[in-house]
Amino acid sequence: MAAGNTADTPRTLRWRIDARLMPLAITACLFFALVAAGSMLYQNFLAPQVFLNLLVDNAFLCIVAVGMTFVILTGGIDLSVGAIVALNTMISASLVQKHGVSPFAAIPLVLAVGAAFGLLHGVLIQYLRLQPFIVTLAGMFLARGLAFLIGTESIAVDHPVYQELASARIPLGFGSLSIGAAVACVVVAGGIWLAHATPFGRTVYAVGGDEAAARLMGLRVDRTVVGVYLLSGFCSALAGVVMTLYMLSGYSLHGSGLELDAIAAVVIGGTLLRGGIGYVSGTFVGVMILGIIQTLISFDGTLSSWWTKIVAGALLLAFCLLQRFLEVRSPAR
Amino acid sequence: MRSLKTLRAPLASLAILLVIGTLTNHGFLKITWQDGHLQGALIDVLNHAAPLILVSLGMMAVIAIRGIDISVGAVVAISAAVAATLISQADAAAGPAALCMAIGGALAVSALCGVWNGLLVVKVGMQPIVATLILMIAGRGIAQLITSGQIITIYYAPYAVIGNGYLLGIPVALLIALAVTLALQLALNRTALGLFIRAIGLNPAAAHIAGIRARGISLCLYTLCGLAAGVAGLIISSNVKSADGNNAGQLLELDAILAVALGGTSLNGGRFTVAGTVLGALIIQTLTTVIYASGLPPQVNLAFKAVLVFAALLLQSTGARDLLRRLLVRPRSQA
Repeated sequence: MAAGNTADTPRTLRWRIDARLMPLAITACLFFALVAAGSMLYQNFLAPQVFLNLLVDNAFLCIVAVGMTFVILTGGIDLSVGAIVALNTMISASLVQKHGVSPFAAIPLVLAVGAAFGLLHGVLIQYLRLQPFIVTLAGMFLARGLAFLIGTESIAVDHPVYQELASARIPLGFGSLSIGAAVACVVVAGGIWLAHATPFGRTVYAVGGDEAAARLMGLRVDRTVVGVYLLSGFCSALAGVVMTLYMLSGYSLHGSGLELDAIAAVVIGGTLLRGGIGYVSGTFVGVMILGIIQTLISFDGTLSSWWTKIVAGALLLAFCLLQRFLEVRSPAR
Repeated sequence: MRSLKTLRAPLASLAILLVIGTLTNHGFLKITWQDGHLQGALIDVLNHAAPLILVSLGMMAVIAIRGIDISVGAVVAISAAVAATLISQADAAAGPAALCMAIGGALAVSALCGVWNGLLVVKVGMQPIVATLILMIAGRGIAQLITSGQIITIYYAPYAVIGNGYLLGIPVALLIALAVTLALQLALNRTALGLFIRAIGLNPAAAHIAGIRARGISLCLYTLCGLAAGVAGLIISSNVKSADGNNAGQLLELDAILAVALGGTSLNGGRFTVAGTVLGALIIQTLTTVIYASGLPPQVNLAFKAVLVFAALLLQSTGARDLLRRLLVRPRSQA
């Protein structure tokens, strides 16, 4: 991370590796603790399908969060994801249901719309030096506004292709996954590959660590940052497609608050909001933790839904405090 | 004079919106005296803008010191929930004491929210957006917890005065906003406090070396922001005579940031304008009212706001100005 630390003693080196992996380790432990608590409190909690349903019910969140991880790794933020999901469910539903467009034309189109939003954000942020928070906020207004322009009512989707895709299940022997969940798995795997095995991924980490240093090293900083926002826009669009399948409807209020859930999942997964440190795999565990909290609350039956928000906020607080604690202890910064 | 110059852009935008408003609705600028108080579309705009003005002023204060508070919408919901719960518990025999309890309780809780945010930023050292994100997420849950997920209706009539009443013919909500605006204007432009805030926003390290108590001032400003959101929550809940933990103040944080940016306050801290922020809030409310009056679906508002934000951002950005200058200068040098 910080330049000029090559002369560190082995002791501090070991501490630094620990510091980076610590949040991830704690996140994983928390997940298993929640599972253990659930299995002790409720019967049937350990059924394999319960865990597969975590994926099925949170597929769109998972996809969005992977894109968000890359954005946050560069030290940015993308608030427009939920609105882009809503816009894309609306575009595909109205095209397919009202204008008779084939789903095979509508799906690539919405993916392109999402990517175009991401590209616009990236260019404004990196080339015009505007703040990511404000730019993506405006993007959020724009996307939701456009979704409302298409229509304020929910549009049910009953096109045979969507029906078929939505009801299709991929058998795994001990349970089954929906198409959306399978897409989410592919996106997570792709995200891990992109982050750790490509020049793009290494540049993302370098930019998040120190943008000026990355530039001096001759890395393609501008192009990478624009690429990161484009990726996030694309992921949101993909999540929009998955949500259309999951809900079988297009609605301009779909995915409201999704950006907050995604940011929470990324932070709980151990990614530093300052950028430079974090893992896509951690984000996956973060999504699963948010999912399992919901499952626990629904298994309990007496707790109200707002406890999800309070617990998510408390977890976010705990992880931010932990990160601050590790930063203060770490000699690197 | 210099302050007038910075207000030129927001004043012009407001004027354009008012002209559009008059074109779509001929009685837009007409103010009449009816039933002992002022009435007219403009008064409605001012009255409905009051909560946004308050929240935007609080937001401006934290943005001036390089902070941000994205939890204001949630604080509005919490404040409304506390006030509504306290007053409906004492419903049958609700008297002035219960009213004071409800208002005092709501303001205390919202100030506490501000202190919480301030402590996370100042003491723990979190980034402001992360620190306030926590309350933004948990806050709506807390508001729903207070109201047990119900929309609480307030039957106690005197409470409605805050959002619907008139004093000397002028809406009470407007008077509250006016008082806070004047107080802030005096505190920030006639005392050393404004200078300190500018110093912290421009260069925190230099301000610290100069002996300014940056931490204490920051904590106070976050508290002020929470308190302003609390007052806005009282006005909103009083206006609709109910408290909705889920929807009260929804997206208000975004409107407030937009108002601050439109008014000409630098989002990088250090430069702020109280009058500009009030103008920014009025622009947003006028836009909303004009869209309602024009018969377009109200949700289209969001798309217009997005265009406004992009325009305001590009005007403020030095990057965009440099690009424009290069584009404009290049042909001349070739000629």
